[in-house]
Amino acid sequence: MSAADMQLDSQGRMRHFLTVEGLSRDWLIKIMDTAESFSSVTQQRVKKVPLLRGKTVVNLFFETSTRTRTTFELAAKRLSADVLNLNVQVSATAKGESLLDTIRNLEAMFVDMFVVRHPDSGAAHFIARHVAPHVSVINAGDGRHAHPTQALLDVFTIRRHKPDFTSLKVAIVGDILHSRVARSQIHALKILGVPEIRVVAPKTLLPVAVVESLGVMPFCDLQAGIEGVDVIIALRLQKERMQGAFIPSEREYYQCFGLTAARLKRASPDCLIMHPGPINRGVEMASEVADGVHSVILEQVSYGIAVRMAIMVLAMGGAE
Amino acid sequence: MTRIAIIGGQLLDPASETLSEGGVFIADGQIIAIGAEPLGFQADEVLQAHGSIVCPGFIDLSVYLREPGYEHKATIASETLAAVKAGVTTLCCQPETNPVIDTPAVVELIRERALSAGRAKVIAFGAISRGLEGRVLSEMYALRRAGCLAVSSGRKSLANALIWRRALEYATTHELSVVVRPQDLDLSAGGCVHEGKVATRLGLPGIPVSAETVMVAQILALVEETGARVHFSCLSTARAAAMIAEARRQGLPVSGDAAAHQLHLTEDAVEGFDPMAHVIPPLRSEADRQGLRQALAEGTIAAVCSDHQPHEADAKCNVFAATESGISALETLLPLTLRLVEEKILPLPRAIARLTLGPAQVLGLPSGRLTLGAPADLCVFDPEAQWTVDETNWLSRGRNTPFWGQRLKGRVRYTLVDGRVVWRA
Repeated sequence: MSAADMQLDSQGRMRHFLTVEGLSRDWLIKIMDTAESFSSVTQQRVKKVPLLRGKTVVNLFFETSTRTRTTFELAAKRLSADVLNLNVQVSATAKGESLLDTIRNLEAMFVDMFVVRHPDSGAAHFIARHVAPHVSVINAGDGRHAHPTQALLDVFTIRRHKPDFTSLKVAIVGDILHSRVARSQIHALKILGVPEIRVVAPKTLLPVAVVESLGVMPFCDLQAGIEGVDVIIALRLQKERMQGAFIPSEREYYQCFGLTAARLKRASPDCLIMHPGPINRGVEMASEVADGVHSVILEQVSYGIAVRMAIMVLAMGGAE
Repeated sequence: MTRIAIIGGQLLDPASETLSEGGVFIADGQIIAIGAEPLGFQADEVLQAHGSIVCPGFIDLSVYLREPGYEHKATIASETLAAVKAGVTTLCCQPETNPVIDTPAVVELIRERALSAGRAKVIAFGAISRGLEGRVLSEMYALRRAGCLAVSSGRKSLANALIWRRALEYATTHELSVVVRPQDLDLSAGGCVHEGKVATRLGLPGIPVSAETVMVAQILALVEETGARVHFSCLSTARAAAMIAEARRQGLPVSGDAAAHQLHLTEDAVEGFDPMAHVIPPLRSEADRQGLRQALAEGTIAAVCSDHQPHEADAKCNVFAATESGISALETLLPLTLRLVEEKILPLPRAIARLTLGPAQVLGLPSGRLTLGAPADLCVFDPEAQWTVDETNWLSRGRNTPFWGQRLKGRVRYTLVDGRVVWRA
């Protein structure tokens, strides 16, 4: 069973949130609309609603994360859930307890939802396949595969500024090969009808067969890749990429793929600048771009809470 | 010694690739007559083979029997039983046991266990390097004396091209074939699936085609210089098969085989992160599958092997990349080969030749033939009989197969090893 098939129950309700791939346009809009309704909550004086009162959410992170874990925690707390944060070092599980045993033990503590981040692709899917029927699994990033809540908050942010997806050109710039964020964004943008999606990276950081497998246009030249686009999403460049001989240096990467005000002139004049964070200033983009008028990077963070609240509520609605 | 007559079946001769009516008559562990019953032959047992094919027993060029060292996965006794149920009479086990097969003692242990199990014959492939660590040559003369017909690098490699060259030269010195599962370990590092459209979509680290072709190219260049006899095992790419075909045209002493699942499944089997499709070399593209099938029909791929790798259930119960690779494949070998006949890739006699004469010729074995004086290693199978891959029909300890639950066609009725009935359905 594919991840896409697993996440809806027989009545079409959401059971898990594992990947964007395979979800309908209606679902994405429903998530965004629900998030809209929560975005006012996050600005109220009392920032809580009781939708998940009495529920226990476990943030199960097998990989370090600050932003995603924190926004999930805030989202759960604003929904009045009890939250447990567990950072499990993969090395520790390798020593003894298997992933499945970890899950079984937590289940025995009567939790209702797992928010999972794991360094291996397919981890959330594996956990979803093995959890008890009343437990929902939210994928907070699995290997290079998917980061669906990030993609949803990204399209939510885009919609706030440019509501007509069917007229957009979007460029995703950076380490596409290793990026779960890019994969989920591509699915989300395609489902919402974006007609032109480009991926821009050196050949070493582009996966094979992107055209046939993801339906996007690859570019190795930044200038050509961002020509006339309405949205640019820059991806984080991991420091360890120099070790794998993917790129020679951050300096050279910045020279070729760094976003600067001068280079942005090739894009559409009101082009949105996005980044899933954390930014390496002077690597992926210049500060003038990160802090510029078209940057919506901090909005992405804020909306992340409302979007994750929406997804948690919808996923819990499908649980038995 | 028991005298056995197998009558009523269709005789399949892999050498002439023909089918004929008649009986097979066995005495002293050998085939003593084919066709008509010899005068004065008094059978101790008559096996009725009506509606079935009578052919040499299958020779499987790549299996992992897990003993010694990994008995929690399987044992020689458990897997040789699964083998004879599947019509396989000779198993060539890869050297990746624990300890590895780099001393005569391990070879003898395996022989002993196989003998006491009393089912299929087991041929141990010696390790090409000491401990399979890739740096120091194994004592190939000693391994040869202990009964190894070939040395293999298993899923490992040697440290560099120089050591490969020396290993090929030294193996040739002792008239050993060298079995290579071609994979450049740097190019494949970290990968768990074919580098292609499915890997890109699922975000699984890929193993490029070049991981195989770079190694094949390197070995072919060294074969040209050394004249070593090399068998490339478990090919997965069309390109590598084409390179080997070209080398054979130039007269190089090389051959190849492919695992049955590579001839049927593609990268698409990985969809949904199915750990049963986690296998190395990985399931490749549709174009690779077609290329391998063509190479099989033409004979570049002389043998279909199972690349049987049984696992305990826990080995496959994890996130995809963290599961152990390999398929428990002995019992699907014949049905999958017959499916190639059904799909018109090659005619039945030739398909069976790829399970019998083809692998026998790779190793210079006298078996794999339906001729007078050949060892009576035989298989009688009903090509039309259907069965379901489930716990009622499965004998291997490893249930790790992507074909679990499927209906397959082709069931073995009798298996004989050296004139002894070791399996009856």
